[in-house]
Amino acid sequence: MSVAVREALIAKPDAPAAVNDFAINVATANGSGSQTSNGVLLRALFKMGIPINGKNLFPSNIQGLPTWYIIRLSKDGFLARREMTDIQVCMNGRTVAEDMDRVVPGGIVFYDDTLPIANHRKDVTYYPMPVKDLVKEAGLPHALRDYVANMVYVGVLAELLGIEPAEIEAALLHHFEGKEKAAGLNMKMVESAIDWASEHVLAHDGYRVERMTGFNEGKILVDGNTAGALGALAGGLSLASWYPITPSSSLAESIEKYAPALRTDPDTGKSTVAVIQAEDELAAMGMVVGAGWTGARAMTCTSGPGISLMAEFAGLSYFAEVPAVIWDIQRMGPSTGLPTRTSQGDIHAAYYMSHGDTRHVVLFPANPAECFEFGRVAFDLAEELQTLVLVLSDLDLGMNSHISEPFEYSDAPFKRGKVLSAEDLEERQGSWARYMDVDGDGVTYRTLPGTKHNMAAYFTRGTGHNEYGYYSERPDDWEQNLERLKRKFETARTMVPEPVLDEDDEARIGIISLGSNHDGVEEGRARLAAVDVATSYLRLRALPIDATVRSFIDRYETVFVIEANSDGQLHSILTTEEPAQALKMKSIAKCDGLPLSARFIVEQVQQALQEQPL
Amino acid sequence: MSTRTTAAKAPRRAARPAKTNPLGLEKTAYRGRPSTLCKGCGHDSISQRIVNAAWEMGLDQTQVVKLSGIGCSSKTPAYYLGWSHGFNSLHGRMPSVATGAIIANTNLQVIGVSGDGDSASIGIGQFKHAVRRNLPMVYIVENNGVYGLTKGQFSATADEGQFLKYQGVNDLPPLDICMEALTANATFIARSFAGDPKQSETLLKAAMNHRGIAVLDIISPCVTFNNHDTSTKSYGFGRANEVRLHDLSFVPEFEEIEIEDYEDEIEVELHDGGSIVLKKIDPDHDPKDRTAAYSAIQRSLDEKKLITGLLYISEEEPTFTELLNLTDTPLTQLSQDKLLPSREALEGVMASLA
Repeated sequence: MSVAVREALIAKPDAPAAVNDFAINVATANGSGSQTSNGVLLRALFKMGIPINGKNLFPSNIQGLPTWYIIRLSKDGFLARREMTDIQVCMNGRTVAEDMDRVVPGGIVFYDDTLPIANHRKDVTYYPMPVKDLVKEAGLPHALRDYVANMVYVGVLAELLGIEPAEIEAALLHHFEGKEKAAGLNMKMVESAIDWASEHVLAHDGYRVERMTGFNEGKILVDGNTAGALGALAGGLSLASWYPITPSSSLAESIEKYAPALRTDPDTGKSTVAVIQAEDELAAMGMVVGAGWTGARAMTCTSGPGISLMAEFAGLSYFAEVPAVIWDIQRMGPSTGLPTRTSQGDIHAAYYMSHGDTRHVVLFPANPAECFEFGRVAFDLAEELQTLVLVLSDLDLGMNSHISEPFEYSDAPFKRGKVLSAEDLEERQGSWARYMDVDGDGVTYRTLPGTKHNMAAYFTRGTGHNEYGYYSERPDDWEQNLERLKRKFETARTMVPEPVLDEDDEARIGIISLGSNHDGVEEGRARLAAVDVATSYLRLRALPIDATVRSFIDRYETVFVIEANSDGQLHSILTTEEPAQALKMKSIAKCDGLPLSARFIVEQVQQALQEQPL
Repeated sequence: MSTRTTAAKAPRRAARPAKTNPLGLEKTAYRGRPSTLCKGCGHDSISQRIVNAAWEMGLDQTQVVKLSGIGCSSKTPAYYLGWSHGFNSLHGRMPSVATGAIIANTNLQVIGVSGDGDSASIGIGQFKHAVRRNLPMVYIVENNGVYGLTKGQFSATADEGQFLKYQGVNDLPPLDICMEALTANATFIARSFAGDPKQSETLLKAAMNHRGIAVLDIISPCVTFNNHDTSTKSYGFGRANEVRLHDLSFVPEFEEIEIEDYEDEIEVELHDGGSIVLKKIDPDHDPKDRTAAYSAIQRSLDEKKLITGLLYISEEEPTFTELLNLTDTPLTQLSQDKLLPSREALEGVMASLA
C-alpha cells in the first residue's frame, strides 16, 4: 500500500484562499525583540478564535544568531509543527536565502527591504517592507526604534491576512501587563505598517484569517512550564530548588512569579513556599531530598545535564526511600547538545537514573493541562511511594505556547502516604520498623524528623540496611530489601496515571507515543485514516507500564512506538518489559531538534507498511 | 614574665548533684548505637562531646536532626542522640540535604557532621555555599587530613610535604577549614582538638546556641592512617602545638566556661593522661573582628601551629531561613488549607492566561 501524502498547499491564482489553515514563519535575529511581536501575533489570532500553535526555534545565544517563530493556523485543530511554510517573514539577512527556499509554491515572502535579495523564485510572491523608513517616520524615540521594528511585520501581516487590529492592541496590552504607554508605542508602529500595507501591498488572495468559533472558547494560551509551576504550587509544593538551565529555567521562574499570588498565607502575609536557586544541580537535588525526608513536598526542575548531575541523589532517593520530584524539561543531548532545541532523549536516563538496580516512576505530560495535573500527581506519587518521581516534559511543551483547557482547581486531599505521627506511635507503643513491609505492597511506614516521640527516630542511609534501618552487610538483608523495592515498583504500576486510549475497531495497527508528540500523532493518524489506514493510539502517560499497555500491544498486529529521540528509547524499554511481544513493536524515532511533524510520522508508517505489509 | 598554673589546681565547678538533665533524662538517653570506628579514634571523643553537650543543655532530641556525608566522621551520627532522626547522605553533599531539611522545618536544630575529605575535597562547594547562606546549623568538621574508610589517601587538608605509607609525599598545600569558612563569611568559626574534651565541648555548646552557621573544625587524629608526629592532625602534634585563642566570654548563653583565666600559658591535662601547653598569642583577640580572625588563622598557618578556640563570631547577620520570609509555622507542619491556593487565586491566574 502506498499513498503519497502531499502537505504543500498550492494556491493557484484562481484557487480559493486558504482560510485559517496555513503556517507563518518569522525569521529574525536573536535579541531583536521579536518575541514580543510574535507573541502578540499568536495571541491576536488566538483571540479571534483560530486554533493556533507557536513554536519558537531559537539559538543558544543572547544576541545575533538566527531565530525562527512558526505560527501554525489550523481551522481543524491540527497543531503540530508543519514542515513547510506558506508565509515567510524575512528580517534576518543571514538566513534570508534559506528562509525564502522554505516557502511552498504559491506562498508569500515579506522581507525587510534593506536585506540583499539576489534571487526571486517565480512561484512565490515577494513583498519588500520598508522597515527602516517606517520606523523612522513613526517618530519614536531613538532608543526604542530597534525594539519596535518587528512591529512592522505584525502590521503588514495584519493588513494582508485580516488580523483584527483591535485584537493586536489587546494582545499588546496583555503582553505589557496593562501598561498603556508601552503598548501604545508598539501599536503606533503596527498602525503605520497597516497604513503602509493598505496602500502598497498588492492584494493577495491566497491566505486569509477569519474570526471563528468552536475551538478556543473558554481556553487559555499557556506554555507547559508555566502550567507545571502552577500545578506544583496548587499541589502543595513547599520547596523548589533549581539551577538555571535552558529549557527548564522558566518553570522555576514561573514558580517565583506566581508564588506570591498563590501561596502567601493570608493570615500572616508570609510565604508557604520557598524557592532556592542552588549553586548547582547536585545541591538543588540535595535540598529536595533533605526537604522530602523532613516531610515537605519538594521538587527541582532541570534538563539533561542536570539529571546527569542529580543521578547519585536519584539512587539515594530510591534506596533510602525519600520522596522527591524532578521535572526534566528535555533538550538535545548528549553533553551540552543543543540547549535550545527539543528532544525526548532522557527517557532511558530518567527511568534507570543512578547506579545499581534502580528504576523510577516517570510521568509524561502531553499538554499544559496535564503539566498542571502532574504538578500535584508527582507529589502524591512521590509521597505515597516514598521515592523519586520524574516528570519528563520537553522544550516544545515547556517553552512554547499551547492552547489549553483552563486548569481545574482541586481541593481533594493531598496523598501524603504512610506517615506515622506521634499519636500513631503512642498507639503502637513505639513499635515500628522503618523498612518493614507490613502491608505487603512494598511501601513501608516512615516518621518525619521533629515528630515528638522518643521512638520516632530512625536512621536514613544509602548504605545497606535491615528492616530497622540499621547498617547491615548481610546478603539476605540486602536481597530482601531489593526484593521489597521491586514489590513497591509493582505497586507503582497500579498507581501511575493510566494511558489514554483511542482505539479504532477497524485498526490492525497500534501506535504508542508519549508527551508532546501527541499533536503530530493525531494529525498523522487523521491523514492515514484519510487513505484508509486505520490506527489505534495509546498515549503513554507514565512508566512503569501497566497492564493496559500489554493488552494494547496484544490486540494489534504491528505497534509503532513513536518518539523524538535517536535511539528509540521508549521502544527499547517496552521491548525489554514485554519481551514476548517485542517483535511486534517497531520504532519510529527522530531526533533533529524539532517537534515531530505529522508528515514524518505518516511517511514512516507508510514506508514500514510497504516493507512489511500487514 | 609568665605565670604557669595547672588546670588540676584550678578551682572546679561543683559536681552536678543529680544525674538527670533539665528534661529529667539520664545521659544514657542521649547515646546512639555502638561505634564501629577504630579504637582511639578522635571522632568517638567528639561523639561523646555531642552526647554530653546535648544532655547538659537539655536538648529535646526529637527536635534535633543529625546529618552527615560519607566517610568515617559521617558514620558517627549513628553513635549519638538515638532519639534524633539521622541521615547519612552522600559524599560531600550533607550541606544541601541539611539546607532542604532546615527550610522544610525551621523548628529543627540541625547538627551536621563531616570530615575533611567530605567538606574540603569533594564537598568544598557545598560547604562554602552552606556557610555563605548562613544556614542555622552546627557544622562540625572532624578533621584528620586523611581518608580513613578508603584506607589512607590524602585529603585536601593534608599538610604539604606530609608522608603517608601508601601515598608517599603530599606536594600540595592544605586548605584550612577555618580560613575557608572565614572567606565564605561564616558567622561562627571555632577550632578545637578532639583530645581536648573541655574546650571542644564548650565550643560545641556555644555553636549550638549560635544563630546562624557555626563551623567547628575539630582536629581529630586518625589513629590508623595519620597519627605520625609529623602531621598537624596527629595527637602528638596537637598536644605539642595547640595554640589557644580562648576569649570565650563573647559566647552568648554560655554557662560552663571550662578554662580558668590565666596569663600567657596554661598546662592542661588531657583525658588520655597527656597534657598540652596552651599559649595565648594575643590576649586581646576580639572574636568579633573579622580581620583579627584572618590574621590569627594566617599566623597559625605560617607558624604551623594549631590555633584553637573561638576565632570569629557575629550574631548580626540574618540566617538563610530568616531571609526567606516563610510562615512561622514550619512548612512541614502547615495543613493542606495553608498549602493550597484559594480557588479565587487560581481563577485569577487563569483569567490572565485566557
